[in-house]
Amino acid sequence: MTQSDQYNFAYLDEQTKRMIRRALLKALAVPGYQVPFASREMPMPYGWGTGGVQVSAAVLTPEDRLKVIDQGADDTTNAVSIRKFFEKTARVETTGHTVEATVIQTRHRIPEEPLGEGQILVYQVPIPEPLRFLEPRETETRKMHALEEYGLMHVKLYEDIARHGEIATAYAYPVKVEGRYVMDPSPIPKFDNPKMEMAAIQLFGAGREQRIYAVPPYSRVESLDFEDHPFCASKADHPCALCGALDSYLDEVIMDDDGGRMFVCSDTDYCAARQAAGHLGAMAASDGQEERR
Amino acid sequence: MSTARSFDEVGQEVSEKSWHRAKPLLSVRGVAKSYDGRVGCADVSFDLYPGEVMGIVGESGSGKSTLLNCLAGHLTPDRGEILFDSRAGGLRDTQAMSEPERRMLARTEWAFVHQNPRDGLRMGVSAGGNVGERLMAVGARHYGRIRASAIDWLDRVEIAADRVDDRPSAFSGGMQQRLQIARNLVTGPRLVFMDEPTGGLDVSVQARLLDLVRGLVREMGLSAIVVTHDLAVVRLLADRLMVMKSGQVIEAGLTDQVLDDPQHAYTQLLVSSVLQV
Repeated sequence: MTQSDQYNFAYLDEQTKRMIRRALLKALAVPGYQVPFASREMPMPYGWGTGGVQVSAAVLTPEDRLKVIDQGADDTTNAVSIRKFFEKTARVETTGHTVEATVIQTRHRIPEEPLGEGQILVYQVPIPEPLRFLEPRETETRKMHALEEYGLMHVKLYEDIARHGEIATAYAYPVKVEGRYVMDPSPIPKFDNPKMEMAAIQLFGAGREQRIYAVPPYSRVESLDFEDHPFCASKADHPCALCGALDSYLDEVIMDDDGGRMFVCSDTDYCAARQAAGHLGAMAASDGQEERR
Repeated sequence: MSTARSFDEVGQEVSEKSWHRAKPLLSVRGVAKSYDGRVGCADVSFDLYPGEVMGIVGESGSGKSTLLNCLAGHLTPDRGEILFDSRAGGLRDTQAMSEPERRMLARTEWAFVHQNPRDGLRMGVSAGGNVGERLMAVGARHYGRIRASAIDWLDRVEIAADRVDDRPSAFSGGMQQRLQIARNLVTGPRLVFMDEPTGGLDVSVQARLLDLVRGLVREMGLSAIVVTHDLAVVRLLADRLMVMKSGQVIEAGLTDQVLDDPQHAYTQLLVSSVLQV
Protein backbone atom coordinates (compact mmCIF):
# COMPACT_ATOMS: atom_id res chain seq x y z
CA MET A 1 0.00 0.00 0.00
CA THR A 2 1.47 3.30 -1.03
CA GLN A 3 1.04 6.34 1.11
CA SER A 4 -1.56 7.90 -1.13
CA ASP A 5 -3.76 4.80 -0.92
CA GLN A 6 -4.36 5.53 2.71
CA TYR A 7 -6.35 8.67 1.98
CA ASN A 8 -10.07 8.47 1.48
CA PHE A 9 -11.01 9.65 -2.01
CA ALA A 10 -10.30 13.41 -2.17
CA TYR A 11 -8.84 13.51 1.36
CA LEU A 12 -12.03 14.28 3.33
CA ASP A 13 -13.96 11.47 5.03
CA GLU A 14 -17.38 10.63 3.63
CA GLN A 15 -19.31 12.12 6.56
CA THR A 16 -17.61 15.46 6.09
CA LYS A 17 -18.28 15.42 2.37
CA ARG A 18 -21.89 14.62 3.08
CA MET A 19 -22.12 17.58 5.45
CA ILE A 20 -20.54 19.87 2.86
CA ARG A 21 -22.84 18.61 0.11
CA ARG A 22 -25.86 19.35 2.25
CA ALA A 23 -24.57 22.90 2.72
CA LEU A 24 -23.97 23.14 -1.03
CA LEU A 25 -27.52 22.04 -1.82
CA LYS A 26 -28.92 24.59 0.57
CA ALA A 27 -26.67 27.26 -0.91
CA LEU A 28 -27.89 26.43 -4.41
CA ALA A 29 -31.48 26.51 -3.23
CA VAL A 30 -31.05 30.00 -1.74
CA PRO A 31 -28.77 31.77 -4.23
CA GLY A 32 -26.30 34.14 -2.58
CA TYR A 33 -27.20 33.14 0.97
CA GLN A 34 -24.23 32.27 3.18
CA VAL A 35 -24.72 28.81 4.61
CA PRO A 36 -22.65 28.03 7.71
CA PHE A 37 -20.77 24.72 7.60
CA ALA A 38 -18.37 22.91 9.91
CA SER A 39 -15.16 23.73 8.09
CA ARG A 40 -12.37 21.19 8.69
CA GLU A 41 -8.69 21.69 9.25
CA MET A 42 -6.99 21.16 5.92
CA PRO A 43 -3.31 20.42 5.36
CA MET A 44 -2.70 23.98 4.23
CA PRO A 45 -2.89 27.35 5.96
CA TYR A 46 -6.03 29.47 6.08
CA GLY A 47 -5.96 31.94 3.24
CA TRP A 48 -4.60 29.34 0.81
CA GLY A 49 -7.97 28.09 -0.29
CA THR A 50 -9.09 25.77 2.50
CA GLY A 51 -12.74 26.58 1.77
CA GLY A 52 -12.38 26.04 -1.95
CA VAL A 53 -10.49 22.78 -1.43
CA GLN A 54 -13.22 21.40 0.83
CA VAL A 55 -15.91 22.30 -1.70
CA SER A 56 -13.87 20.76 -4.53
CA ALA A 57 -13.31 17.61 -2.47
CA ALA A 58 -17.04 17.33 -1.85
CA VAL A 59 -18.02 17.66 -5.52
CA LEU A 60 -15.20 15.68 -7.15
CA THR A 61 -15.90 12.25 -8.61
CA PRO A 62 -13.22 9.86 -9.93
CA GLU A 63 -14.31 10.70 -13.50
CA ASP A 64 -13.80 14.44 -13.11
CA ARG A 65 -11.08 16.42 -14.78
CA LEU A 66 -9.76 19.15 -12.50
CA LYS A 67 -8.25 22.52 -13.36
CA VAL A 68 -6.86 24.83 -10.68
CA ILE A 69 -6.05 28.46 -11.33
CA ASP A 70 -4.57 31.16 -9.17
CA GLN A 71 -5.17 34.70 -10.45
CA GLY A 72 -5.83 33.14 -13.86
CA ALA A 73 -2.57 31.20 -14.00
CA ASP A 74 -2.23 27.42 -13.93
CA ASP A 75 1.42 27.46 -12.92
CA THR A 76 1.62 29.56 -9.74
CA THR A 77 2.33 28.15 -6.29
CA ASN A 78 -1.21 28.01 -4.98
CA ALA A 79 -2.57 26.39 -8.15
CA VAL A 80 0.25 23.89 -8.43
CA SER A 81 0.04 22.75 -4.80
CA ILE A 82 -3.75 22.34 -4.83
CA ARG A 83 -3.60 20.47 -8.15
CA LYS A 84 -0.93 18.16 -6.72
CA PHE A 85 -3.00 17.68 -3.60
CA PHE A 86 -5.92 16.31 -5.59
CA GLU A 87 -3.68 14.32 -7.93
CA LYS A 88 -2.36 12.60 -4.84
CA THR A 89 -5.51 12.19 -2.75
CA ALA A 90 -8.16 11.74 -5.46
CA ARG A 91 -6.03 10.65 -8.39
CA VAL A 92 -8.29 12.55 -10.73
CA GLU A 93 -7.11 13.71 -14.10
CA THR A 94 -5.95 17.31 -14.18
CA THR A 95 -5.78 19.72 -17.05
CA GLY A 96 -4.79 23.25 -17.88
CA HIS A 97 -7.46 23.67 -20.54
CA THR A 98 -10.64 25.39 -19.46
CA VAL A 99 -12.87 23.61 -21.98
CA GLU A 100 -11.69 20.15 -20.93
CA ALA A 101 -12.16 20.65 -17.20
CA THR A 102 -15.30 19.57 -15.38
CA VAL A 103 -14.35 21.12 -12.04
CA ILE A 104 -12.33 24.33 -11.91
CA GLN A 105 -11.10 25.64 -8.60
CA THR A 106 -10.17 29.29 -8.88
CA ARG A 107 -8.56 31.96 -6.83
CA HIS A 108 -9.63 35.47 -7.83
CA ARG A 109 -10.46 34.97 -11.53
CA ILE A 110 -13.12 33.59 -13.86
CA PRO A 111 -11.59 31.99 -16.98
CA GLU A 112 -11.94 34.02 -20.19
CA GLU A 113 -13.34 31.02 -22.07
CA PRO A 114 -17.12 30.95 -21.38
CA LEU A 115 -18.03 28.00 -19.17
CA GLY A 116 -20.77 25.60 -20.16
CA GLU A 117 -23.33 23.36 -18.56
CA GLY A 118 -21.77 20.44 -16.76
CA GLN A 119 -18.88 22.50 -15.45
CA ILE A 120 -18.46 23.59 -11.83
CA LEU A 121 -16.50 26.67 -10.84
CA VAL A 122 -15.28 26.62 -7.23
CA TYR A 123 -14.13 29.94 -5.74
CA GLN A 124 -11.79 30.41 -2.81
CA VAL A 125 -13.24 33.11 -0.58
CA PRO A 126 -11.30 34.96 2.11
CA ILE A 127 -14.17 37.07 3.54
CA PRO A 128 -17.68 35.98 2.54
CA GLU A 129 -19.53 38.86 4.20
CA PRO A 130 -19.83 41.84 1.82
CA LEU A 131 -20.96 44.11 4.67
CA ARG A 132 -18.13 43.14 6.99
CA PHE A 133 -15.98 46.26 6.79
CA LEU A 134 -19.01 48.49 7.18
CA GLU A 135 -20.70 46.62 10.00
CA PRO A 136 -18.43 44.57 12.26
CA ARG A 137 -21.19 42.73 14.16
CA GLU A 138 -22.12 39.37 12.66
CA THR A 139 -25.49 39.42 14.45
CA GLU A 140 -26.26 42.73 12.78
CA THR A 141 -25.10 41.75 9.28
CA ARG A 142 -27.22 38.59 9.42
CA LYS A 143 -30.21 40.69 10.36
CA MET A 144 -29.45 43.08 7.50
CA HIS A 145 -29.38 40.18 5.03
CA ALA A 146 -32.57 38.76 6.47
CA LEU A 147 -34.41 42.07 6.21
CA GLU A 148 -32.78 43.08 2.91
CA GLU A 149 -31.34 46.25 4.43
CA TYR A 150 -28.61 46.90 1.93
CA GLY A 151 -28.37 50.69 2.07
CA LEU A 152 -25.02 50.41 3.78
CA MET A 153 -23.49 48.73 0.74
CA HIS A 154 -24.22 51.87 -1.25
CA VAL A 155 -22.58 53.97 1.46
CA LYS A 156 -19.34 52.21 0.57
CA LEU A 157 -19.83 53.00 -3.13
CA TYR A 158 -20.78 56.58 -2.22
CA GLU A 159 -17.52 56.91 -0.31
CA ASP A 160 -15.62 55.65 -3.33
CA ILE A 161 -17.12 58.26 -5.62
CA ALA A 162 -16.72 61.04 -3.06
CA ARG A 163 -13.05 60.24 -2.62
CA HIS A 164 -11.98 59.11 -6.08
CA GLY A 165 -14.58 60.57 -8.44
CA GLU A 166 -15.70 57.12 -9.52
CA ILE A 167 -16.47 53.75 -7.98
CA ALA A 168 -12.89 52.76 -7.25
CA THR A 169 -13.70 49.30 -5.92
CA ALA A 170 -11.89 47.19 -8.51
CA TYR A 171 -12.23 43.71 -7.03
CA ALA A 172 -14.66 41.92 -4.69
CA TYR A 173 -17.28 44.20 -6.21
CA PRO A 174 -20.62 43.51 -4.47
CA VAL A 175 -23.38 41.87 -6.50
CA LYS A 176 -27.05 41.16 -5.91
CA VAL A 177 -28.07 37.62 -6.80
CA GLU A 178 -31.54 36.93 -8.20
CA GLY A 179 -32.70 40.29 -6.85
CA ARG A 180 -32.39 39.16 -3.26
CA TYR A 181 -29.07 38.57 -1.49
CA VAL A 182 -26.11 40.89 -1.76
CA MET A 183 -23.02 38.73 -2.17
CA ASP A 184 -19.27 39.13 -2.18
CA PRO A 185 -18.09 37.49 -5.43
CA SER A 186 -14.69 36.81 -3.77
CA PRO A 187 -11.83 39.06 -4.85
CA ILE A 188 -12.31 38.62 -8.59
CA PRO A 189 -11.70 41.80 -10.63
CA LYS A 190 -14.94 43.62 -11.38
CA PHE A 191 -14.15 42.93 -15.04
CA ASP A 192 -15.30 39.37 -14.31
CA ASN A 193 -18.59 40.35 -12.65
CA PRO A 194 -20.71 40.25 -15.85
CA LYS A 195 -19.41 36.73 -16.52
CA MET A 196 -21.12 35.47 -13.37
CA GLU A 197 -24.36 35.07 -15.28
CA MET A 198 -23.17 31.78 -16.75
CA ALA A 199 -24.20 28.25 -17.62
CA ALA A 200 -21.89 26.60 -15.08
CA ILE A 201 -22.55 26.09 -11.37
CA GLN A 202 -20.62 28.51 -9.18
CA LEU A 203 -19.76 27.43 -5.65
CA PHE A 204 -18.01 29.58 -3.06
CA GLY A 205 -16.15 28.20 -0.06
CA ALA A 206 -14.74 30.23 2.83
CA GLY A 207 -12.77 27.88 5.10
CA ARG A 208 -11.77 30.16 7.93
CA GLU A 209 -15.13 31.93 8.02
CA GLN A 210 -16.98 28.60 7.67
CA ARG A 211 -19.41 29.73 5.02
CA ILE A 212 -20.55 28.25 1.72
CA TYR A 213 -22.64 30.06 -0.87
CA ALA A 214 -23.55 29.48 -4.47
CA VAL A 215 -24.89 30.91 -7.69
CA PRO A 216 -26.94 28.40 -9.71
CA PRO A 217 -26.61 28.35 -13.53
CA TYR A 218 -28.27 31.20 -15.44
CA SER A 219 -28.96 33.20 -12.27
CA ARG A 220 -29.36 36.95 -12.47
CA VAL A 221 -26.28 38.63 -10.99
CA GLU A 222 -26.34 42.43 -10.86
CA SER A 223 -23.42 44.57 -9.80
CA LEU A 224 -24.54 47.33 -7.46
CA ASP A 225 -24.17 50.90 -8.69
CA PHE A 226 -25.71 54.36 -8.79
CA GLU A 227 -28.02 55.62 -11.52
CA ASP A 228 -25.58 58.38 -12.42
CA HIS A 229 -22.45 56.25 -11.86
CA PRO A 230 -23.28 52.96 -13.57
CA PHE A 231 -21.21 49.83 -13.10
CA CYS A 232 -18.32 49.52 -15.52
CA ALA A 233 -16.33 46.31 -16.03
CA SER A 234 -12.97 47.96 -16.43
CA LYS A 235 -9.61 46.54 -17.43
CA ALA A 236 -6.22 47.93 -18.41
CA ASP A 237 -6.62 49.71 -21.74
CA HIS A 238 -4.01 47.73 -23.69
CA PRO A 239 -3.82 44.66 -25.90
CA CYS A 240 -2.09 41.59 -24.46
CA ALA A 241 1.65 41.86 -25.24
CA LEU A 242 1.89 38.14 -26.05
CA CYS A 243 -1.35 37.23 -27.82
CA GLY A 244 -2.76 40.61 -28.77
CA ALA A 245 -6.13 39.95 -27.14
CA LEU A 246 -8.18 43.09 -26.58
CA ASP A 247 -11.00 41.45 -24.63
CA SER A 248 -9.18 39.67 -21.80
CA TYR A 249 -8.25 40.81 -18.32
CA LEU A 250 -4.60 41.87 -18.19
CA ASP A 251 -1.85 41.71 -15.59
CA GLU A 252 0.69 44.48 -15.54
CA VAL A 253 4.22 43.11 -15.37
CA ILE A 254 7.07 45.44 -14.44
CA MET A 255 10.04 44.62 -16.69
CA ASP A 256 12.88 46.70 -15.28
CA ASP A 257 13.49 49.61 -12.93
CA ASP A 258 13.29 52.05 -15.80
CA GLY A 259 9.52 52.19 -16.27
CA GLY A 260 9.43 49.24 -18.67
CA ARG A 261 6.23 47.23 -18.37
CA MET A 262 4.08 44.82 -20.29
CA PHE A 263 0.45 43.84 -20.11
CA VAL A 264 -0.33 40.15 -20.49
CA CYS A 265 -3.45 38.04 -20.17
CA SER A 266 -3.91 36.90 -16.60
CA ASP A 267 -5.62 33.76 -17.96
CA THR A 268 -2.57 31.75 -19.09
CA ASP A 269 -4.60 29.04 -20.80
CA TYR A 270 -6.52 31.58 -22.88
CA CYS A 271 -3.31 33.38 -23.85
CA ALA A 272 -1.46 30.18 -24.81
CA ALA A 273 -4.42 28.96 -26.88
CA ARG A 274 -4.55 32.25 -28.77
CA GLN A 275 -0.81 32.20 -29.43
CA ALA A 276 -1.06 28.62 -30.66
CA ALA A 277 -3.81 29.76 -33.03
CA GLY A 278 -1.43 32.33 -34.49
CA HIS A 279 -2.49 35.51 -32.66
CA LEU A 280 0.65 37.32 -31.65
CA GLY A 281 1.03 40.48 -29.60
CA ALA A 282 3.70 43.18 -29.89
CA MET A 283 6.31 41.50 -27.69
CA ALA A 284 5.64 37.95 -28.86
CA ALA A 285 6.14 39.00 -32.49
CA SER A 286 9.57 40.52 -31.86
CA ASP A 287 10.65 37.35 -30.01
CA GLY A 288 9.61 35.26 -33.01
CA GLN A 289 11.61 37.44 -35.41
CA GLU A 290 14.71 37.10 -33.30
CA GLU A 291 14.40 33.34 -33.38
CA ARG A 292 14.02 33.32 -37.11
CA ARG A 293 17.17 35.34 -37.53
CA MET B 1 -53.92 61.76 32.91
CA SER B 2 -53.17 65.11 34.42
CA THR B 3 -50.88 66.00 31.53
CA ALA B 4 -53.49 65.70 28.86
CA ARG B 5 -55.98 67.60 30.94
CA SER B 6 -53.67 70.53 31.48
CA PHE B 7 -53.14 70.73 27.75
CA ASP B 8 -56.81 70.66 26.94
CA GLU B 9 -57.34 73.59 29.27
CA VAL B 10 -54.65 75.61 27.55
CA GLY B 11 -56.01 74.60 24.18
CA GLN B 12 -59.38 76.09 25.01
CA GLU B 13 -57.89 79.41 25.93
CA VAL B 14 -55.43 79.88 23.10
CA SER B 15 -57.07 79.39 19.75
CA GLU B 16 -53.88 79.15 17.69
CA LYS B 17 -52.86 76.14 19.77
CA SER B 18 -55.99 74.35 18.69
CA TRP B 19 -53.87 71.77 16.85
CA HIS B 20 -53.27 70.21 20.23
CA ARG B 21 -56.69 68.73 19.91
CA ALA B 22 -55.55 66.79 16.86
CA LYS B 23 -54.85 63.09 17.03
CA PRO B 24 -51.78 62.31 19.10
CA LEU B 25 -48.68 61.29 17.16
CA LEU B 26 -47.45 59.09 19.96
CA SER B 27 -49.61 57.67 22.65
CA VAL B 28 -47.96 55.92 25.58
CA ARG B 29 -50.01 53.85 27.97
CA GLY B 30 -48.71 52.34 31.19
CA VAL B 31 -45.20 51.58 30.01
CA ALA B 32 -43.08 49.80 32.59
CA LYS B 33 -39.64 48.24 32.44
CA SER B 34 -37.69 46.62 35.22
CA TYR B 35 -34.23 45.14 35.30
CA ASP B 36 -34.21 41.93 37.34
CA GLY B 37 -36.78 43.30 39.74
CA ARG B 38 -35.23 46.76 39.92
CA VAL B 39 -37.56 49.40 38.58
CA GLY B 40 -36.36 51.09 35.38
CA CYS B 41 -39.51 53.03 34.76
CA ALA B 42 -43.03 52.36 35.97
CA ASP B 43 -46.45 53.13 34.61
CA VAL B 44 -45.63 56.00 32.31
CA SER B 45 -48.50 57.34 30.22
CA PHE B 46 -48.68 60.42 28.02
CA ASP B 47 -49.74 61.69 24.61
CA LEU B 48 -47.46 63.57 22.28
CA TYR B 49 -49.10 65.70 19.61
CA PRO B 50 -47.69 66.64 16.20
CA GLY B 51 -45.27 69.55 16.40
CA GLU B 52 -44.88 69.26 20.14
CA VAL B 53 -41.61 68.97 22.04
CA MET B 54 -41.64 67.19 25.34
CA GLY B 55 -38.81 67.25 27.85
CA ILE B 56 -38.10 64.49 30.32
CA VAL B 57 -35.96 65.60 33.25
CA GLY B 58 -34.73 63.87 36.35
CA GLU B 59 -31.53 62.92 38.09
CA SER B 60 -29.22 60.10 36.97
CA GLY B 61 -30.88 56.74 37.42
CA SER B 62 -34.39 58.15 37.44
CA GLY B 63 -35.35 56.00 34.47
CA LYS B 64 -35.54 58.68 31.80
CA SER B 65 -33.12 56.96 29.41
CA THR B 66 -34.83 53.61 30.00
CA LEU B 67 -38.13 55.21 29.07
CA LEU B 68 -36.66 56.82 25.94
CA ASN B 69 -35.11 53.54 24.81
CA CYS B 70 -38.41 51.75 25.34
CA LEU B 71 -40.22 54.35 23.27
CA ALA B 72 -37.64 54.21 20.48
CA GLY B 73 -37.81 50.42 20.35
CA HIS B 74 -34.26 49.81 21.61
CA LEU B 75 -35.65 48.10 24.71
CA THR B 76 -38.76 45.99 25.03
CA PRO B 77 -40.99 47.23 27.84
CA ASP B 78 -42.40 44.65 30.26
CA ARG B 79 -45.86 46.16 30.14
CA GLY B 80 -47.77 48.89 28.38
CA GLU B 81 -48.59 50.10 24.91
CA ILE B 82 -46.75 52.50 22.65
CA LEU B 83 -49.03 53.66 19.83
CA PHE B 84 -47.53 55.59 16.94
CA ASP B 85 -49.49 57.30 14.20
CA SER B 86 -47.48 56.20 11.17
CA ARG B 87 -47.97 57.75 7.73
CA ALA B 88 -48.77 54.38 6.23
CA GLY B 89 -50.72 52.47 8.81
CA GLY B 90 -52.34 54.98 11.17
CA LEU B 91 -52.20 54.58 14.94
CA ARG B 92 -50.46 51.27 15.65
CA ASP B 93 -48.82 49.57 18.58
CA THR B 94 -45.10 49.54 17.84
CA GLN B 95 -44.70 46.47 20.05
CA ALA B 96 -47.05 44.48 17.84
CA MET B 97 -45.24 45.44 14.64
CA SER B 98 -42.89 43.00 12.98
CA GLU B 99 -39.21 43.77 13.25
CA PRO B 100 -38.81 44.85 9.60
CA GLU B 101 -41.69 47.30 10.02
CA ARG B 102 -40.23 48.69 13.22
CA ARG B 103 -36.79 49.08 11.68
CA MET B 104 -38.33 50.76 8.65
CA LEU B 105 -40.12 53.16 10.96
CA ALA B 106 -36.88 53.80 12.82
CA ARG B 107 -35.14 54.97 9.67
CA THR B 108 -37.95 56.89 8.05
CA GLU B 109 -40.37 58.43 10.53
CA TRP B 110 -38.20 58.33 13.64
CA ALA B 111 -34.83 59.71 14.46
CA PHE B 112 -32.61 59.08 17.45
CA VAL B 113 -29.94 61.55 18.52
CA HIS B 114 -27.47 59.95 20.89
CA GLN B 115 -25.71 61.79 23.67
CA ASN B 116 -22.36 60.71 22.31
CA PRO B 117 -22.18 61.45 18.58
CA ARG B 118 -19.83 58.49 18.21
CA ASP B 119 -22.77 56.19 18.94
CA GLY B 120 -24.88 57.74 16.24
CA LEU B 121 -22.32 58.33 13.50
CA ARG B 122 -20.17 56.07 11.38
CA MET B 123 -16.77 57.43 12.26
CA GLY B 124 -15.03 55.80 9.31
CA VAL B 125 -17.40 57.27 6.73
CA SER B 126 -17.32 60.85 5.42
CA ALA B 127 -19.83 63.45 6.59
CA GLY B 128 -21.65 63.20 3.26
CA GLY B 129 -21.84 59.43 3.51
CA ASN B 130 -23.18 59.71 7.04
CA VAL B 131 -25.96 62.03 5.97
CA GLY B 132 -26.65 60.01 2.83
CA GLU B 133 -26.90 56.66 4.60
CA ARG B 134 -30.54 57.00 5.57
CA LEU B 135 -31.42 58.14 2.06
CA MET B 136 -29.68 55.12 0.57
CA ALA B 137 -31.33 52.89 3.17
CA VAL B 138 -34.74 53.92 1.85
CA GLY B 139 -33.73 53.36 -1.75
CA ALA B 140 -32.02 56.51 -3.09
CA ARG B 141 -29.70 55.38 -5.88
CA HIS B 142 -28.68 58.64 -7.56
CA TYR B 143 -25.28 59.81 -6.36
CA GLY B 144 -25.70 63.42 -7.48
CA ARG B 145 -29.00 63.88 -5.69
CA ILE B 146 -27.81 62.12 -2.53
CA ARG B 147 -24.77 64.35 -2.43
CA ALA B 148 -26.80 67.49 -3.09
CA SER B 149 -29.14 66.78 -0.21
CA ALA B 150 -26.18 65.90 2.03
CA ILE B 151 -24.61 69.29 1.27
CA ASP B 152 -27.96 70.99 1.76
CA TRP B 153 -28.32 69.37 5.17
CA LEU B 154 -24.77 70.18 6.22
CA ASP B 155 -25.55 73.78 5.36
CA ARG B 156 -28.71 73.68 7.45
CA VAL B 157 -26.75 72.52 10.49
CA GLU B 158 -24.07 75.15 9.82
CA ILE B 159 -21.31 72.86 8.57
CA ALA B 160 -19.41 74.30 5.60
CA ALA B 161 -19.99 72.46 2.32
CA ASP B 162 -16.25 71.90 1.84
CA ARG B 163 -16.25 69.58 4.87
CA VAL B 164 -18.58 67.13 3.13
CA ASP B 165 -15.81 64.64 2.39
CA ASP B 166 -14.14 64.88 5.80
CA ARG B 167 -14.63 62.16 8.33
CA PRO B 168 -16.45 62.94 11.56
CA SER B 169 -13.26 62.18 13.48
CA ALA B 170 -11.86 65.42 12.05
CA PHE B 171 -14.82 67.38 13.46
CA SER B 172 -15.15 69.10 16.83
CA GLY B 173 -17.63 67.73 19.37
CA GLY B 174 -20.24 70.35 18.53
CA MET B 175 -19.89 69.73 14.80
CA GLN B 176 -20.19 65.97 15.33
CA GLN B 177 -23.42 66.53 17.23
CA ARG B 178 -24.77 68.78 14.47
CA LEU B 179 -23.75 66.21 11.89
CA GLN B 180 -25.62 63.57 13.83
CA ILE B 181 -28.71 65.75 13.77
CA ALA B 182 -28.40 66.30 10.02
CA ARG B 183 -27.98 62.58 9.45
CA ASN B 184 -31.14 61.91 11.40
CA LEU B 185 -33.33 64.59 9.89
CA VAL B 186 -32.46 64.05 6.22
CA THR B 187 -35.32 61.62 5.62
CA GLY B 188 -37.83 64.05 7.12
CA PRO B 189 -38.82 62.14 10.25
CA ARG B 190 -41.82 63.16 12.28
CA LEU B 191 -40.61 62.14 15.72
CA VAL B 192 -37.13 62.73 17.09
CA PHE B 193 -35.81 61.09 20.23
CA MET B 194 -32.94 62.99 21.81
CA ASP B 195 -30.87 61.60 24.65
CA GLU B 196 -28.94 64.43 26.33
CA PRO B 197 -28.25 66.16 23.00
CA THR B 198 -26.08 68.82 24.62
CA GLY B 199 -24.22 66.60 27.07
CA GLY B 200 -20.47 67.01 26.92
CA LEU B 201 -20.54 70.27 24.97
CA ASP B 202 -19.34 73.58 26.36
CA VAL B 203 -21.96 76.21 27.05
CA SER B 204 -21.47 78.44 24.03
CA VAL B 205 -21.61 75.42 21.71
CA GLN B 206 -24.65 74.19 23.64
CA ALA B 207 -26.39 77.49 23.05
CA ARG B 208 -25.76 77.33 19.29
CA LEU B 209 -26.92 73.74 19.11
CA LEU B 210 -30.10 74.51 21.02
CA ASP B 211 -30.76 77.45 18.73
CA LEU B 212 -30.31 75.21 15.75
CA VAL B 213 -32.51 72.41 17.07
CA ARG B 214 -35.21 74.88 18.05
CA GLY B 215 -35.16 76.35 14.55
CA LEU B 216 -35.33 72.94 12.87
CA VAL B 217 -38.13 71.73 15.11
CA ARG B 218 -40.23 74.80 14.34
CA GLU B 219 -39.39 74.83 10.63
CA MET B 220 -40.05 71.13 10.04
CA GLY B 221 -42.93 70.83 12.46
CA LEU B 222 -41.15 68.01 14.26
CA SER B 223 -42.30 66.34 17.39
CA ALA B 224 -39.53 65.54 19.78
CA ILE B 225 -38.88 63.87 23.09
CA VAL B 226 -35.82 65.31 24.76
CA VAL B 227 -34.24 63.56 27.71
CA THR B 228 -31.90 65.75 29.71
CA HIS B 229 -30.84 66.65 33.21
CA ASP B 230 -30.24 70.22 32.13
CA LEU B 231 -33.24 72.38 33.00
CA ALA B 232 -32.03 75.17 30.73
CA VAL B 233 -32.32 72.85 27.76
CA VAL B 234 -35.95 72.04 28.42
CA ARG B 235 -36.73 75.65 29.19
CA LEU B 236 -35.54 76.57 25.69
CA LEU B 237 -36.77 73.57 23.73
CA ALA B 238 -39.70 71.89 25.38
CA ASP B 239 -43.35 72.83 25.31
CA ARG B 240 -44.15 70.32 27.97
CA LEU B 241 -42.22 68.67 30.74
CA MET B 242 -42.24 65.43 32.66
CA VAL B 243 -40.21 65.10 35.84
CA MET B 244 -39.09 61.61 36.77
CA LYS B 245 -37.74 60.18 39.97
CA SER B 246 -37.07 56.50 40.79
CA GLY B 247 -38.80 55.40 37.61
CA GLN B 248 -42.02 57.30 38.31
CA VAL B 249 -43.36 60.41 36.66
CA ILE B 250 -43.87 62.67 39.63
CA GLU B 251 -44.91 65.85 37.88
CA ALA B 252 -45.98 66.83 34.38
CA GLY B 253 -47.23 69.97 32.74
CA LEU B 254 -46.28 72.95 30.64
CA THR B 255 -42.57 73.66 30.91
CA ASP B 256 -42.88 77.16 32.29
CA GLN B 257 -45.59 76.08 34.68
CA VAL B 258 -43.52 73.23 36.10
CA LEU B 259 -40.30 75.19 36.32
CA ASP B 260 -41.81 78.40 37.72
CA ASP B 261 -44.29 76.81 40.06
CA PRO B 262 -43.07 73.36 40.97
CA GLN B 263 -45.55 71.41 43.10
CA HIS B 264 -43.72 68.24 44.04
CA ALA B 265 -41.00 68.43 46.66
CA TYR B 266 -38.46 66.80 44.37
CA THR B 267 -39.21 69.21 41.52
CA GLN B 268 -38.79 72.09 43.92
CA LEU B 269 -35.42 70.69 44.94
CA LEU B 270 -34.43 70.20 41.30
CA VAL B 271 -35.38 73.73 40.29
CA SER B 272 -33.69 75.29 43.29
CA SER B 273 -30.53 73.27 42.71
CA VAL B 274 -29.72 75.10 39.49
CA LEU B 275 -26.75 77.36 40.01
CA GLN B 276 -27.41 80.99 39.31
CA VAL B 277 -24.60 82.84 37.65
